[in-house]
Amino acid sequence: MVTAIAIVRLKDLFAVIMLSGIYSLLSASFFVTMDAVDVAFTEAAVGAGISTLLLLVAITMTGRAEHPDRHKPILALAVVTVTGGLLIYGTFDMPYFGSGQAPVHLHVAPRYINDSMTEVGVPNIVTSVLASYRGFDTFGEVVVIFTAGIGVLALLSVVPRPVTIAKINSLNDSLHEQHLILRIVSKMLLPFIMLFAFYVQFHGDYGPGGGFQAGVIFAVAIILYAMLFGMITARRVINQSFIQLIAAVGVLLYGSIGVVALLNGKNFLDYSVLSDDPIAGQHLGILLIELGVGLTVASVMIIIFFSFAGRRDYLRHLNDNSKGSNNTSC
Amino acid sequence: MLAHLPVLQVIVPLLAAPLCLFLTRSRLVWVFALAVSALAFLISCLLLQQVMSSGTIIYELGGWEAPWGIEYRIDPLNALLLLIITGISTIVLLAAHTSIQQEIPEERHTFFYILYLLSLAGMLGIVATGDAFNVFVFLEISSLSGYALIALGKDRRALWAAYQYLIMGTIGATFILIGIGLMYQMTGTLNMEDLSKRLPEVEHTRTVFTAYAFIIVGICLKLALFPLHLWLPNAYAYAPSIVTAFFAATATKVAIYLLIRFTFSVFGLTFSFTALPLQILFLTLGLLGIFAASTAAIYQKNVKHLFAYSSIAQIGYMIVGFSVSTTTGLMATLLHLFNHALMKSALFLALAAVVYRIGSVQLSQFHGLGRQMPFTMAAIVIGGLSLIGVPLTVGFVSKWYLIMAVIENGWWPVAVLILLGSLLAVVYVWRLVEAAYFKPPLPGRDTIKEAPLSLLIPVWILVIANIYFGIDTRLSVQVTQAASMSLFGVSP
Repeated sequence: MVTAIAIVRLKDLFAVIMLSGIYSLLSASFFVTMDAVDVAFTEAAVGAGISTLLLLVAITMTGRAEHPDRHKPILALAVVTVTGGLLIYGTFDMPYFGSGQAPVHLHVAPRYINDSMTEVGVPNIVTSVLASYRGFDTFGEVVVIFTAGIGVLALLSVVPRPVTIAKINSLNDSLHEQHLILRIVSKMLLPFIMLFAFYVQFHGDYGPGGGFQAGVIFAVAIILYAMLFGMITARRVINQSFIQLIAAVGVLLYGSIGVVALLNGKNFLDYSVLSDDPIAGQHLGILLIELGVGLTVASVMIIIFFSFAGRRDYLRHLNDNSKGSNNTSC
Repeated sequence: MLAHLPVLQVIVPLLAAPLCLFLTRSRLVWVFALAVSALAFLISCLLLQQVMSSGTIIYELGGWEAPWGIEYRIDPLNALLLLIITGISTIVLLAAHTSIQQEIPEERHTFFYILYLLSLAGMLGIVATGDAFNVFVFLEISSLSGYALIALGKDRRALWAAYQYLIMGTIGATFILIGIGLMYQMTGTLNMEDLSKRLPEVEHTRTVFTAYAFIIVGICLKLALFPLHLWLPNAYAYAPSIVTAFFAATATKVAIYLLIRFTFSVFGLTFSFTALPLQILFLTLGLLGIFAASTAAIYQKNVKHLFAYSSIAQIGYMIVGFSVSTTTGLMATLLHLFNHALMKSALFLALAAVVYRIGSVQLSQFHGLGRQMPFTMAAIVIGGLSLIGVPLTVGFVSKWYLIMAVIENGWWPVAVLILLGSLLAVVYVWRLVEAAYFKPPLPGRDTIKEAPLSLLIPVWILVIANIYFGIDTRLSVQVTQAASMSLFGVSP
């Protein structure tokens, strides 16, 4: 609450972004106390991690201070007050927090809790609801992320200018002096971050985690690399059109699992056809679709970061075209 | 494969979108997208036929039965919407290749088609599903791609328009999500059919009332109901012409569908119209919308703005029909939904042809176009006549049913007001006709030629549809009647 008010009042955008990171982290811990570990994990990875990073890239382009503006949005305040009032009004008849008699716990949920082990065979109930019972929603979410990536590309894509090797080397040396400690530490960290991403990816069946979180963590590793070693070097490691194809492959992998079920005469996304034993089929299906999710999420995050950062280079290139120097440190 | 039609309807365009990335040439992507859209149209025709002959189709996704898994539920109402969306999308795509040559840089063409297909799949997903949360997921797909498509416009103001739409649209979507969350809390289910059974037990609670209020306001933001319409004119005016033609005919229609679905199928008629003074509220807002937006349309200098305001007015007519809340009223709404999709796509596609030739849609630039682009301008005139509601066009059919519905209820003053609203349409259409036919061409404009056939053919398909469905109303009336009957049958 204090953080939220501070975010609204502050004029310094850098501080605002840092505070919103803290806000996400706080809400993540809030979710943990409410026993929603999967949600907390996602909030920590996405809210506190990647969105803070992307916002930081954005303010390198816009500048740090908010424009002062004088108009007083009375009408907006009134609308917000009415909305908030209505929300509080709505809480009066809600079931008590944690009550076992709440309708949520009596209708659909019991089957998820009691039977998901025999029907889907995955210990983490959240994963089995997410990936199997309501797998189509998750498919939709993946497409949402894919859409976001394509949208950013459509609006911001800039064809990178060819750069000579000598230039990269000279740039690399200058960066090396500036960020020596950071570079070495992060070099040591990167393999572990990636390893952790894979752990989260494939452990989603048993504990909190899964494709969404893993994809974000993996993307963070790449972004860290790009920030410390320069965009040009990072572009050489990760080819732009290749990463776009990976994003598409993720969605297609998910979709094709569904289509396989269709071709076998079952309904879309019915994983039980993937193996002779329906439970094993469910298991395999969930593993594969989580992989699809991870691929798409990681590559879209990288695409978004590269497009933003590439835009920044592009703008700078326009600005000091005369100087001819397009330094690319982040 | 026939049993899988409901899901194929949505996943064909959905999976085709990422596939586009593998095709490199703009022309190839266009042919592919067109084929996909045509296939979707075929599927929707088959679905409509199946629904009309054998009733509601239920499809369980993932093989899990309804309240646990997600189901698709196709009844005459969604089948009609699916048909409209895929049909318009296909015809508009036919013109896309030529039109976007001038408006979108070459290297972004592939992204344009991907976003277009995603937007199409999103709308189809919203309409086909029988699960409240699934609606939200697909709403996100269609809105996100919509914002990006609008921002692709050539004019720099397109970015600002898309941003405005993004803010308003996101607020709307969040409201809908809050409403769905509250409903889930009170009933423990997300399935619409199941919700409609379980809501009556808890309908007196303040939480359900709040849920209802949030959902209605959220949907009204999306459908640009007066006075929540502020995002619409700029979004339509600065988007690429093809996108305008597609969205004007489909996007707000999907929101109207959601309004009907939630009030009739989920909350039930009795609750919907007693919890809030909805009838009088919608009637007033609808009528105010007709007059305010039609008057605003008269004073516009940009023809895209003009027709965008006219769209808001047409939404007003649909809302009036909705507020009557009888079978005839609902039928009028659905008929107008169908007919308005035909009119507006024809008009905006014709404007795309104008943009292709003269690069502008300012009214002052239209001088003399009547002689220089006779076929395009004739299409605009017929579309305009249809907007007014002249006999032998589709506009007449929907106005006819609307007035019948209103009179059936004994609301004579409302019927008079609807007729007066049509007179305002005469004024703004006349301004366009005057500029195009009765003013000499601008100096230096003698060489303007008729638009290329690749644009004229889709425009005229739509214009002929405007006339055909104005004369032969069997299909539209039969389907809308079945749809409104089934809605009233479900909710006593």
